[in-house]
Amino acid sequence: MKTFVSKNKDNLITYGIVVVAYAVMEILIKAGLISSLMQGLLVPLCAYVILAVSLNLTVGILGELSLGHAGFMCVGAFTSAFFSKITMNVITVTWIRFTLAIVIGFIAAGLIGFLIGMPVLRLKGDYLAIVTLAFGEIIKNVINVLYIGKDSKGLHFSMKDAVALNLEPEGDVIINGAQGITGTPKNSTFTIGVILILITLFIVLNLIKSRDGRAIMSIRDNVIAAESVGINITKYKLLAFALSAALAGVAGVLYSHNLSSLMATPKNFGYNMSIMILVFVVLGGIGNIRGSIISAVILTLLPELLRGLSNYRMLIYAIVLIAMMLFNWAPKAQAFRDRLLDKLMFWKKKKVTVTEKEGGASDER
Amino acid sequence: MKDNNHVLEVNNLSISFGGLRAVDDFNVTIDKGELYGLIGPNGAGKTTAFNLLTGVYKPDEGIIKLDGKDITGKSTIEINKAGIARTFQNIRLFKDLSVLDNVKVGLHNLYEYSTIASVFRLPKYYRVEKEMDEKAYSLLKVFDLDSSAKLKASQLPYGKQRKLEIARALATNPKLLLLDEPAAGMNPNETKELMDTISFIRKEFDMTILLIEHDMKLVSGICERLTVLNFGRILAEGNTAEVLNNPEVITAYLGE
Repeated sequence: MKTFVSKNKDNLITYGIVVVAYAVMEILIKAGLISSLMQGLLVPLCAYVILAVSLNLTVGILGELSLGHAGFMCVGAFTSAFFSKITMNVITVTWIRFTLAIVIGFIAAGLIGFLIGMPVLRLKGDYLAIVTLAFGEIIKNVINVLYIGKDSKGLHFSMKDAVALNLEPEGDVIINGAQGITGTPKNSTFTIGVILILITLFIVLNLIKSRDGRAIMSIRDNVIAAESVGINITKYKLLAFALSAALAGVAGVLYSHNLSSLMATPKNFGYNMSIMILVFVVLGGIGNIRGSIISAVILTLLPELLRGLSNYRMLIYAIVLIAMMLFNWAPKAQAFRDRLLDKLMFWKKKKVTVTEKEGGASDER
Repeated sequence: MKDNNHVLEVNNLSISFGGLRAVDDFNVTIDKGELYGLIGPNGAGKTTAFNLLTGVYKPDEGIIKLDGKDITGKSTIEINKAGIARTFQNIRLFKDLSVLDNVKVGLHNLYEYSTIASVFRLPKYYRVEKEMDEKAYSLLKVFDLDSSAKLKASQLPYGKQRKLEIARALATNPKLLLLDEPAAGMNPNETKELMDTISFIRKEFDMTILLIEHDMKLVSGICERLTVLNFGRILAEGNTAEVLNNPEVITAYLGE
């Protein structure tokens, strides 16, 4: 019978994988083995990993299907880019401004997640998925008609066009409707991305293994039983959903500060993106945080790695999707994986005992 | 405020679904430390009565008093906090959580620390978690589940799942424990063991228990008093031996 592995050790392994992957990547970059195209992908990659981990909080831990995750990312991206743009000349120390931008993206997306979550979380399953999909699209479309400008009198808002802002001649249009925000400082780096991944992991993993996390998972496993032992269903659903949204907002901050021009297009903040994040989560294993990270990395890098195959690229991508799905979820494959893991563990144990013996011998000498 | 020993006092409890009077004029009074049985044929309204007591359904009429306090119409969560815990006819465990965590969810409202403390692993987190672990293990020990604490709840055999559900209910520190067919699906040996366990927790925790049961042997073996429901109405109530010899009850169970 399979028993629980100690969760603490498990968490350390997850952090370790991220740190080691980061170190390897840095070495490869220093050695000049990574193409500039690939290097350009690293920051979005970090954003996707954060998105996958945060969506897993809703889908895997809370057990509710959400298809609006890109919408929360969009909120984080635009609020933080807006903040960075207007304070570019006020706060000149980059790291302070960027830290504040991250906090603002986190809070703004969390707040929107909270507001949307209140009515929406009464729904379940497919209904919830469709409504979150709709809200995600609404967020993107509202931002597409939003005009905000700044002049000496302060900020001007409009939902019509840039002219309706009535700016003074020297005024500056910051959010220009469908053209979005241009000239956001490019503060995101791979290192910052990895740090944010680690912080996200820290928050999510610690939350899961706590009183709140247990309450959230009890709702996933059996709502009626959770209510019968006095778990406040609404509170914990909202906590998980809003935190998940807030972390998506952080991914948005990372994403927006990597682009000189930020636009809310269907490609980056539409439902395609939401579904892609869901694919990361499902393939990595629902509720499996480490799996989310790995599948996000593989599925982001794969299309680039396969670029040489031109026309067959998407075909192979699709085959890999199916293969990963089978590997992760088919009962036969699971049994095979367990056997493999047992063998590895055995090998490791043997190695440890051997080294211990050697250590003992050297002590005697 | 309270001048008697009644833990639960129910008066004129009724609920209808559409045209069906599922529970009609249900009355019961249970004293502290009593083990009370609720029996009746299938569809008599026993589980509906439980659902009314635990706030799953709001009664159309009637008053429910727990320890002298009116809890009629309150939510399931408030009623649990007020002191009623229950188990379910079809076991409802948190199947992907460990056995230990199932009990710790039951302890949720008795031990508190903030979300901040859990995310940043403040000293309070470690202190309270340790207390919760100790309390949870002591409960699991009562049910002989402490050696399976790290298993997933769904990995337990059926009989132990039933016990875990009782342990989880007890973890909420109730004044009244409602058991919905605890012996359902058990073999005679397991039933015997369960009877012993129920008698034991009654003594150990000084617990008041209301029990729904089909198994006459179990009921007559451990309950002092009974209420028999039939078509939502009380058919008979009183001492177990008397009630079970009541011709109407025999008719309801065996047919004419």
